[in-house]
Amino acid sequence: MRPAQVCLSRWGWRHAGRAAWATSGVSLRIEPGERVLLLGASGAGKSTLLHALAGVLGSSDEGEEAGSLTVDGVRPRPGSCGLVMQDPDAQTILERVGDDVAFGLENLAVPRDEIWPRVRTALADVGLALPLDHSTERLSGGQRQRLALAGALAMRPGLLLLDEPTANLDPVGVEEVRDAVGRLVADRSTTLVVVEHRIATWLPIVDRVVVLAAGGGVVADGAPDEVFSVHGAELAALGAWVPGIGHGLVPRVPPTSAGPILSARDLTIGYEAERPVRTVAALDLPTGMSTTFTGANGSGKTTLALTLAGLLPPLSGHVEASPAMSPPGLRPRGDARTDPAQWRSKELLTRLGTVFQDPEHQFVASTVADEIAIGLRALRRPAPEISRRVAELLEQLHLTRLAKANPFTLSGGEKRRLSVGTVLATSPDVMFLDEPTFGQDRRTWVDLVRLVTAQLEAGTTVVSVTHDSDYLDLLGEHRVHLEAAS
Amino acid sequence: MSVSNQAPRTALDRVNPVTRIAAAIIVSLPLLVTLDWVSGATMSAIVVVTALALGFRPVFIARRVWPVLVFAPLAGVSMALYGKPGGSVHVDWFLIHVTDNSLRLALAVMLRVLALGAPTILLFTGIDPTDLADGLAQVWRLPARFVLGALAGFRLVSRFVDDWRSLALARRARGLGDTGAVRRWASMAFAMLVIAIRRGSKLATAMEARGFGTAERTWARESSVGPADLALVLACVAAVSVALVAAVSAGTFWAVWS
Amino acid sequence: MASPSQATRTYGWRVVDIVVTSVLGVATGIIFLGWNFVGGAGFDTLDKVTPGLGGLAVGIWLIGGVLGGLIIRKPGAALAVELIAASVSAALGSQWGITTLYSGLAQGLGAELIFLVFAYRRWGLVPAALAGAGAAVGEWILELFIPGNIAKSVAFNVIYLVSMVISGAVLAGGVGWALTKALAASGALSRFAAGREARADV
Repeated sequence: MRPAQVCLSRWGWRHAGRAAWATSGVSLRIEPGERVLLLGASGAGKSTLLHALAGVLGSSDEGEEAGSLTVDGVRPRPGSCGLVMQDPDAQTILERVGDDVAFGLENLAVPRDEIWPRVRTALADVGLALPLDHSTERLSGGQRQRLALAGALAMRPGLLLLDEPTANLDPVGVEEVRDAVGRLVADRSTTLVVVEHRIATWLPIVDRVVVLAAGGGVVADGAPDEVFSVHGAELAALGAWVPGIGHGLVPRVPPTSAGPILSARDLTIGYEAERPVRTVAALDLPTGMSTTFTGANGSGKTTLALTLAGLLPPLSGHVEASPAMSPPGLRPRGDARTDPAQWRSKELLTRLGTVFQDPEHQFVASTVADEIAIGLRALRRPAPEISRRVAELLEQLHLTRLAKANPFTLSGGEKRRLSVGTVLATSPDVMFLDEPTFGQDRRTWVDLVRLVTAQLEAGTTVVSVTHDSDYLDLLGEHRVHLEAAS
Repeated sequence: MSVSNQAPRTALDRVNPVTRIAAAIIVSLPLLVTLDWVSGATMSAIVVVTALALGFRPVFIARRVWPVLVFAPLAGVSMALYGKPGGSVHVDWFLIHVTDNSLRLALAVMLRVLALGAPTILLFTGIDPTDLADGLAQVWRLPARFVLGALAGFRLVSRFVDDWRSLALARRARGLGDTGAVRRWASMAFAMLVIAIRRGSKLATAMEARGFGTAERTWARESSVGPADLALVLACVAAVSVALVAAVSAGTFWAVWS
Repeated sequence: MASPSQATRTYGWRVVDIVVTSVLGVATGIIFLGWNFVGGAGFDTLDKVTPGLGGLAVGIWLIGGVLGGLIIRKPGAALAVELIAASVSAALGSQWGITTLYSGLAQGLGAELIFLVFAYRRWGLVPAALAGAGAAVGEWILELFIPGNIAKSVAFNVIYLVSMVISGAVLAGGVGWALTKALAASGALSRFAAGREARADV
């Protein structure tokens, strides 16, 4: 396989129906075998550029092109470059591992007797030692991304394009994918272009950094050290994790706790009785402190959080909330009801708030402002109070200018902030966060950590499920590690 | 989504999935020309006997067929109440006329529902979607773009269950879990559609990036038809002919256009 | 401020059209599968004892074809969504088997013919409502044969037709049109003409 040469000359693209150009005036030349890291503010058109190089931007009815863009001197045809994108779930095409990798080869009209040997080689190259009829449904995120890589690789592309391939992966998955790519490009038989904001991961592999400007054009282009020493601070402000520029936050001094606000005893958790996820003998969540749940994939961290948050009933055992927090008993002068699974949905709003791993699962309204107001309306707060609280939160979350936008149209970071905002609106005593910093760039990361710290200062108890070691350093005041469930 | 994991191994596995669809069409269409109880009863009997002979276990057959049995009487009731009148009248009220003829037609409809439902439920169990797609494109020569594109969209289903569960839990967390089940269902269905369409759009880009949809393609898995397929088709033709002939010779054949 | 770029019209199916048609068909098929067993039985009982008024509840089942047409906007989309929805229903074990596929075909053709009459250019509320009604007529015709409605009284069949057409126009056409607008507003349809119409210039 011959590495490809990429040439852009004042290139730009405008999506159909939009007034602004996604990207414009980009001139760039990439020599065969080079490995480039592509950076820029979100909205600077990095994904658009990669999609154009892969030949999948769409025909003339989807937009307008300016300038020229060529790969090996010709306009890119779909299937000539390998493209791996961010979402592991949306790149698996067929049910069985072998069939999925063979898909690209079928499209290229490779004869059947050549297909399967190439499939096996590609799987071996990315380190996926699985039988060819293994189900693709049961693969982890890191495995799926490597499967997508194998699918691209089997086609022997001269140019490999990676669009935030590790953004949705846990640390183990990130390493797996990075190592696999590293092995592939080591012999310089493929040109590589990577878009990522987690720079340190890819630094060992790339030898050139290109930065796109939001308005158009290339702002910086050169060896990593050069570019970071000149533009490092600017890039960090835009959201990239530049090596050497940290987040600048320090952990707070945790208070002494007054006792547990939620406890679990002899708990078996899961979604169905026939398939329990794990058991927890005893667990106490200290009031006013930040607790973190860590553990490998499949250890049941999310399931545990959802059970403690009163959303998922335990399969056996019980969860007990402190009487001070619990709603009053149903009969007059009855005991406070301390089992969160029995609480009504509205009672949860002011006591146990949950921010889900995928913000879109929580969206129920058609504008951002309404989304924040929903909980308050369910509690029947008076309208002036609702408007005031909504305006306050929009300000705090930097979402004021998006108040009328549809929640589904927000960017990843904005959706995450909105989902946290919807929980904050009703001021719960305990806040559960499922992977809050997953896939977020530096700016959103800092915003979120500051938000959580502010809540802690105000006395809220916070429980986070996380893989993120920086987050743990700052907010791991009480750490619970879940060993893999047997 | 692999339905094949739950199905028992039977002689039908040797047959190409597209032949099973052809078989289902063959045993259903001709029955539609007549509305009588003999053809329905004969076909149902043939189906049960053949299923047992091919290796389906009785428990499995019963489990697959009981929904049809539950529904059949409902179809019959409507025909009994509103069917074409004839013979002695039993109930006559406003638009309802229960007569000998309508009762006869009601019995015929019930048996026909059974005759139409039972074989096709059994023929469709255990089909692997990827194998079916291969068959549709290679054997029936439907355009590969459409068949494989449809298969890819079809596969996104298995994610739906997890997403649906999450959507439900999230609504409980947002204070919306107590009342308004219909509105809650509607908001979940909407969110589900948004997520599904978005994921489908991304999947389409991934497929295009692997060269899908442009030129001629080859097939990594071969799909072919052989003697077993021919045998199934002939058997189905025979079965439906026997049912119709039985109706004619019993004198109960009643063309629907009469 | 530059004017928005002009999109040229094309009738060919892109890969994204095919995959999203399939997604719509699967989603519709699954949502109504659950309905078949739970609500469906209830409605059916009502349907079977009233002289054709049960047709009023049928409309929502016909929504697949309308959605397919309004979102994908290519010839054959309405039919394709209905066929795929029917295949899902049939495969996952509704009580109908192959007759579900015939229903999908009939309903899909009914909606498709209406969109064809509008030359695949009109996608507003009126074409949507008519397409819903068209799907209902298709199903009515099919049901003359499969449950043998042709053998029922004329009064029954007329009432059934009228109630199905109303239901199709409102529950499939009207709801389908509103749903498409809501989907466009959420940005999910950004690769489709339906989505681009809805967005303000950004």
